[in-house]
Amino acid sequence: MKEDVKLMKGNEAIAHAAIRYGADGYFGYPITPQSEVLETLEALMPWETTGMVVLQAESEVASINMVYGGASTGKAVMTSSSSPGISLMQEGLSYIAAGELPVLVVNVMRGGPGLGTIHPSQSDYFQAVKGGGHGDYHFIVLAPSTVQEMADFVGLGFDLAFKYRTPAMLLADGVVGQMMEKVVLPPARPRRTEEEIAIQCPWAVTGHSAHRKPNVLTTLELDSAKMEVNNERFQRTYRLIEDNEVRYQEYYTDDADYIFIAFGSIARICLKAIEDAREQGLKIGLIRPITLWPFPSKIIAEMSHKCKGIMVVELNAGQMIEDVRLAVEGRVPVWHYGRMGGIVPNPPEVLDALKSHIDNA
Amino acid sequence: MNPEDIKRPENKVYSRPELLCDVSMHYCPGCSHGVVHKLVAEVLKEMGVEHNCIAVAPVGCAVFAYNYIGVDWIEAAHGRAPAVATGAKRLNPDRLVFTYQGDGDLAAIGTAETIHAANRGENITIIFINNAIYGMTGGQMAPTTLEGQKTATTPYGRRVDLNGYPLKISNLLAQLDGTCYVTRQSVHTPAAVRKAKAAIRHAFESSYSGHGTSVVEIVSTCNSGWKMSPAKANEWMVEHMFEAYPIGDLKNTVEK
Repeated sequence: MKEDVKLMKGNEAIAHAAIRYGADGYFGYPITPQSEVLETLEALMPWETTGMVVLQAESEVASINMVYGGASTGKAVMTSSSSPGISLMQEGLSYIAAGELPVLVVNVMRGGPGLGTIHPSQSDYFQAVKGGGHGDYHFIVLAPSTVQEMADFVGLGFDLAFKYRTPAMLLADGVVGQMMEKVVLPPARPRRTEEEIAIQCPWAVTGHSAHRKPNVLTTLELDSAKMEVNNERFQRTYRLIEDNEVRYQEYYTDDADYIFIAFGSIARICLKAIEDAREQGLKIGLIRPITLWPFPSKIIAEMSHKCKGIMVVELNAGQMIEDVRLAVEGRVPVWHYGRMGGIVPNPPEVLDALKSHIDNA
Repeated sequence: MNPEDIKRPENKVYSRPELLCDVSMHYCPGCSHGVVHKLVAEVLKEMGVEHNCIAVAPVGCAVFAYNYIGVDWIEAAHGRAPAVATGAKRLNPDRLVFTYQGDGDLAAIGTAETIHAANRGENITIIFINNAIYGMTGGQMAPTTLEGQKTATTPYGRRVDLNGYPLKISNLLAQLDGTCYVTRQSVHTPAAVRKAKAAIRHAFESSYSGHGTSVVEIVSTCNSGWKMSPAKANEWMVEHMFEAYPIGDLKNTVEK
């Protein structure tokens, strides 16, 4: 089969990939720098082809609750937003986690806090991997670094969400959302039928209760003993995900004296810095976490036995570094280089930061 | 007639609606919720849609509605039921979808979701219990609380200079082009119950057949929150609530 290669923005790739995945619904609200997701879906009119529902909601609060309602019926439903909008969704996201609903949420991060900036950032790492809303819960968090991964992770996110009956988040930064790259779009597949949903999702509130007891999707349990049992079930799912779904990519780590750890667009800038450094005789490697939760702690721990130092590079004040330090357990120095407010550093700045840490060590 | 004759099936004149679950309700004696639940259960069964129906429960006293009416339910976050129902209905357009909400849920924290769902003309029905108080949390002021009405957070009576005016949200919803039927009913007398049942049926049928959003406000009592006996609460409702919230159709675009 001939590959379907296109040139497009990361945000546009998400829209195309969602239709091709056979998503049943998208509910969203405009916010920079991710509005192209909704705009592209509206322009492609998938309701005329696959039957996918697309609706512009009155707020992010409404869109996440539309997702909750749609996903409760067993459908593959998603939303996208950017940082301030994702903050508004936290209530709904907590309910979705508690309802064990397989949804996909895309956050194309911009700089905060507050209204902040429309420029790229990774300052929602804590919010995405540590919970964000109330209660003990996790999302599977995927961090794309290319437009290709923006497209691929839509299907991966939905598949993991349905496999574990848990929400997945695609945590991208504004760079990956806005930049244009070549992308091979995933093959189109049909939406699941009502019959398939009834078999795959026996819990779904489909309304068709003639041959079963009525299904109820609730996150309320006033009996503390039962609520603890619910929480234990959530935690078992999370342990299962931690055991099976850690994803990362290694670059030049075999002989590296120093390691960069970075995700998303900044990982690619680190890679360029590494190539420049190797020309100068400085051996640096890169670990790029693809799943931010579950976090690739094991490979980072292994690497800390072999290298002289680690520098975490992020578009924030230092968030992922906390998880790296937990994995390294003090075996080697863990430094940080971060830019905030929408600033994206260039490769020499990253390399200079590492050199100055090495000099001061 | 002797007692044995009374028990014979042909003499049975009333029974629990089939769709109303055989469990004890948590509602206070005298509360309107039980009656409205019964009407919803009866209408769904009479329409024959109980196996093609998705109901959305609120946060508030009716949060456990899913324990009482035997259909598929989604329990929504506080105020979000119309958005949840929008998602369920858009993805399952052939189902009868309705929300069941109180005044705090629908007219305070969920005002945006309510108005926009109705303005889009979502083909859903909203059953709206207006008892002018927050029942579940212990009788605090609701947006619908009457001027001068004492509640846990207005212990000296609601002052409009501090708290604004009782929100007549059904009047607001009737103004929207997306609504097909907006009515205000009560369940304090057998005659009122019969009218409320007819209104619920018309609302379900109108939205189910694609005419837009329907709203059935039930002006209700909360005798616990109002700190009155059930009988006194009914009297107080007729005397005070009906003045602010007159009973009758506010809008109907679908032939009954």
